[in-house]
Amino acid sequence: MPASPPPPDDAPSAAPAALWRGLARHRPPGVDAADRAWRSPVRGPWLTSVLGAVLLATLPLVIVTGLLDWIAYGPRLDQAFPRDVGWLHPPVFDWPTRPAWLFRVTQGLHVTLGIVLVPVVLGKLWSVVPKLFDWPPARSAAQLLERLSLLLLVGGILFQTATGLLNIQYAYLFGFDFYTAHWYGAWIFTAALVTHVAVKLPRLVTALRGPGFVRTPVERTRPEPADPDGLVARRPGPATMSRRGVLALVGGGALLLAALTVGQSVDGLRRTALLLPRGRRIDDGPTGFPVNRSVAAAGVTPEQTGPGWRLTLRAGNRTVTLDRARLLGLAQHTAVLPIACVEGWSTSQTWTGVRLRDLAALVGAAGPATARVRSLERAGLFREAVLHGGQVTDPDALLALRVNGVDLSPDHGYPARIIVPALPGVHCTKWVAEIVFDG
Amino acid sequence: MAEFRRAYGAAPWHLLLLAGCFAVTGWIALRLAGEASALRMLLWFLGAVIAHDLVLFPVYASLDRALRRALGRAGAPSPLNHVRVPALGAGLLFLVYLPGILGLGDGTYLAATGLAPRALLGRWLAVSGALLAASALLYAARLLARRAR
Ligand code: HEM
Repeated sequence: MPASPPPPDDAPSAAPAALWRGLARHRPPGVDAADRAWRSPVRGPWLTSVLGAVLLATLPLVIVTGLLDWIAYGPRLDQAFPRDVGWLHPPVFDWPTRPAWLFRVTQGLHVTLGIVLVPVVLGKLWSVVPKLFDWPPARSAAQLLERLSLLLLVGGILFQTATGLLNIQYAYLFGFDFYTAHWYGAWIFTAALVTHVAVKLPRLVTALRGPGFVRTPVERTRPEPADPDGLVARRPGPATMSRRGVLALVGGGALLLAALTVGQSVDGLRRTALLLPRGRRIDDGPTGFPVNRSVAAAGVTPEQTGPGWRLTLRAGNRTVTLDRARLLGLAQHTAVLPIACVEGWSTSQTWTGVRLRDLAALVGAAGPATARVRSLERAGLFREAVLHGGQVTDPDALLALRVNGVDLSPDHGYPARIIVPALPGVHCTKWVAEIVFDG
Repeated sequence: MAEFRRAYGAAPWHLLLLAGCFAVTGWIALRLAGEASALRMLLWFLGAVIAHDLVLFPVYASLDRALRRALGRAGAPSPLNHVRVPALGAGLLFLVYLPGILGLGDGTYLAATGLAPRALLGRWLAVSGALLAASALLYAARLLARRAR
């Protein structure tokens, strides 16, 4: 709506007046019935604005952490998906290795907050739903454009939520590339959100002065005074829940989802993620923490990882080949580091192995600009990953051979895997076969 | 200025802002137009709006109306919200964890992790039952408290 829309029943004043008046007069069947059906006495600008304010404070976090995920993939190393995004991207920088929990927190927040906000989004949509069925749909060109932008806003958040939820539950039903869709969907949504907020912020601020949070019993819950946007029901029914009650209901829904989701990211609570695939340990042993991709799925065979396995290190025209016994004979370093998946779950474990910078030195590449790590895996999207210099030289950046005091299990990458502080899980390459240091 | 406002229906900055918003979307649409799956993306985008506005909302609103009709006048304290709240909780969980509950990702999960997918439908029913039971208990407690007074 424009900043000061005409009251609902006024004659349209915008040009071409005849068009808007004609539209208002031709009421399709059903709109009058729909108009009468909006009875909730708690709908109104205050409730809508409180829910709007919550989303205004939280959605930017979801957007920013989503964009950080793209940066964490390493667009400078041509590893972020989608790859070719034109001019529409946040400033890129080398993803840091400190704090080690950085990616665990950003991506955990992205997914958890995205889930927790579902009831807030649904509540907000409920609070404005009469506007969707309003007739005439517009009384001026300004309103028409604004309603079109609302289609992008509502479509955007529902699209992002639906694709995100399907992704973290392994259900790729949509049949398009998740990265491409979720990336461009994010920009459409963000542009529509900025527009919406810029137009509505003054209204939101005034409306927040409304009924307030004081406790009002249900029986004494009255509608807000009629508002220019027409959110307040013209024929309100009796209240069955106070405005505080509605907010508590939305908040309770958010808490319920939080309680059933945080177990994905908090080791002590893992099993509380009752309804998510990542709320699960494989077993109670030291290698029982979750696995995203098993050795069988990767098509890596016992012959490849057996005594015949060799790690090849290259830099320039120098090559060094090591078997696992030689690797275990090099200086070992132990670090407690999280492994944080792009799908939002994470876990902290104690890894032991050889520092990547020691391996680089072994082939005479003391301060490499990059390291290209190749897996034994032949087919997966992440059979190869490039680390930037900072990720190679961090004192806790390891080629891990052991975890929690035992050898890596096949599913966790035996004979050797990469683990680097704050590196997204997809780049912590398992079943490493070769590392090429460059520059 | 006043002339513009009358013709357009809002201030010029409003038009500028919306033009920016559509420019972003238009640019993206052009970029994606060449993708084989562009139509699917569009269908999912519009489908999400239709699914919410014309399916989800009407369904929960009609269920709530039926519930109000059935329980609205039942004695005090009203049992209405003691049904509504756990039902909404169960519905919310179903909506968010639907792919898992219906096992839509089971094939991919098995192929990726080698683990047998767990049946989540039973768990969802159990959590929903617990919500309903807690709400019923609370209602019973309120009834008793009222009788005692
Ligand atoms: C306000 C809505 C949202 C916005 C604006 C948004 C934005 C983004 C962006 C920009 C990315 C990076 C995409 C890329 O690397 O190509 C991303 C990644 C991701 N988002 Fe969202 N997102 C939203 C909601 C959600 C929700 C609700 C979930 C799930 C519950 C979710 C799950 C994910 C996942 C799993 C990724 C990582 C994908 C990967 O790197 O493999 N998103 N998001």
